[in-house]
Amino acid sequence: MIVSGIAQGCIYGMIALGFVMVYKATEILNFAQGDFMMLGAFLGVTFITLMNMPYWLGFVLTIVCMALIGYLLDLLILRRVIGQPTFALVILTISLGFVIRALAGGIWGGDPKSISTPYSGKLLNIGSAIIAYEQIAVIAGTVILTTLLYVFFRFSKMGVVMQATSQNQLAAYYMGIPVKMVLSLIIALSAAVSAIAGILLAPISMVDTELGFMGIKAFAAAVIGGFVSLPGVLLGGILVGLSEQFASIYLPQGVSPVIAYIMMIVVLVIRPEGLFSKIHRKKV
Amino acid sequence: MRVLFKTKYLDDIRLIKHSGYAISYGLLLVVALLLPQFLGEFYIGELAQVFIFAIAGVGLMILTGYTGQVSLGHAAFLAIGAYAHVFFLEMGLPFMLSFILAGLISAAVGGLLAIPVSRLSGLYLAIATLGFAIIVEDIAKHWSSVTGGLGGKMVPAPKFFGHEIWTAWEFYYLCLAVLILIVLATLNLLRTPTGRAFVAIRDSETSARCMGVNVARYKTSAFAISAAFTGFAGALLAHRLSYISPDIYNIITSIQLLMMVVVGGLGSIHGAIFGAVFIGVLPQALAISKDFLPLAISQTPGLEPGVFGLILILFIIYDPQGLYGRWLKIKLFFDIFPLYRKSTFKKQKSYTKTERLR
Repeated sequence: MIVSGIAQGCIYGMIALGFVMVYKATEILNFAQGDFMMLGAFLGVTFITLMNMPYWLGFVLTIVCMALIGYLLDLLILRRVIGQPTFALVILTISLGFVIRALAGGIWGGDPKSISTPYSGKLLNIGSAIIAYEQIAVIAGTVILTTLLYVFFRFSKMGVVMQATSQNQLAAYYMGIPVKMVLSLIIALSAAVSAIAGILLAPISMVDTELGFMGIKAFAAAVIGGFVSLPGVLLGGILVGLSEQFASIYLPQGVSPVIAYIMMIVVLVIRPEGLFSKIHRKKV
Repeated sequence: MRVLFKTKYLDDIRLIKHSGYAISYGLLLVVALLLPQFLGEFYIGELAQVFIFAIAGVGLMILTGYTGQVSLGHAAFLAIGAYAHVFFLEMGLPFMLSFILAGLISAAVGGLLAIPVSRLSGLYLAIATLGFAIIVEDIAKHWSSVTGGLGGKMVPAPKFFGHEIWTAWEFYYLCLAVLILIVLATLNLLRTPTGRAFVAIRDSETSARCMGVNVARYKTSAFAISAAFTGFAGALLAHRLSYISPDIYNIITSIQLLMMVVVGGLGSIHGAIFGAVFIGVLPQALAISKDFLPLAISQTPGLEPGVFGLILILFIIYDPQGLYGRWLKIKLFFDIFPLYRKSTFKKQKSYTKTERLR
């Protein structure tokens, strides 16, 4: 049970990672991130189940496709609104989510679908606990992905460029960084991350157009984790996943679906900057 | 173009700036009063719904358009208003009393919500209000003794002095009266020191504080007033649908409300009303256009929100000032006829620079 909580939390964490990357770079909060994940899962279904590709090939193709979609979205839409007031960005990304959902509904229909993986159905016994391989795959995938991202941002030139761009766009322009392209790449990267989350999630839960609503819960995770630190966000996700599991058992019915939001509001009240972060408030 | 010559300080804050206002809005009022004579019952009902949305829109406009606080959770106040109203009606209170109590309860909740969330700004505020709305929806689902749970509840017809309002046109006049009262109240509010403090907070919180505005207090009152108006709208909406259940007040409704003020144009009461008309007309237009579309497209799940989303995206990219902004541009074009320049309304390019210092 703890493991399934952690696995669920890892999914939240991964979507939240996507949020935070985009947010740090562009100050856009991408409400459509959950729908990116949904789209990724559907693409995975198409490649693996419907076109009978090998699992890993489908996995890679999905990630590439989602990265391309993310890049194009930025090129066509998001780039024009960077720097506009919050409400415009919020509404824009929410409506983007609606459009994606409608498109997905039109292409794949409303019926839930699922992916079969090489490891699905197998169980692992550790002592008295029985753990499904799908959940281990989620956790392992998250760990690998986080390590890769960490290495990328810390040591590669592109990663450092991305960090610089997200700290100060104007200064980045002065330093000769192609800011617009970098921003598009960041959004592509975040779309790819959510695609991975989508594919890993697909074997556990059914894939349908409502999957995108998970994005909103991932927000709570992002806020609890502090919104700017990548490891903090992942921890926040795991915290949310675990507390959901425990609430569904120990607390009255109806608390479990909203425990994430309750925690989020409590965190916002006590420490508006999140549990694991440093942020400065304007003071007079 | 009319040039106003102001001779008294009070001229600055007059509601009716010149005779043109009196004539045009007077005409509008007459048209609104006469409409039930010419329209069928269906359209009157739809118009009443537009008025209800306009009331909620004015409420949200006070918060988002004038105080600058984005709320993604206003459907929660619609729900609170509706449930409180029905609860009091079932206790046997008269309509007026229960209506006002519903607004007050909604205001109280709004004020309470503001205490924690008024410390947040921009994005965090949007998320916190979103979380609040989801929690309220969940409470409505599970607190069955008051809310009727998932099954919902029937709403008794509004009663005035023992006379039940059943016909569509009576309900239409009720909604119109409430809308006019609320718009007048808002106009008056905006020319008081309180309203000016709201606008100051919107334009710059830091400088508002420097000028001695108690930011926390005014944000709380903005939340409370906005919640009260939205609560009134919720009570009326309950009558309009004559049935309440939690899924009427989900996130989509909150987003629709926010859409309404953005499409209409932030920072103007006209905007709220234009937005309400837009939101009211669009589903009808979609329903009609469905008949002409091929079956594969018209049967797509989530088509309506998708089209909504597309329109919003276009609005935000091409016309961020909304319908009212477009109206102002057209008006200015004719006012100064050969001299209109496109760059009058142009925005400056802005670069994002984070407030995070590390």
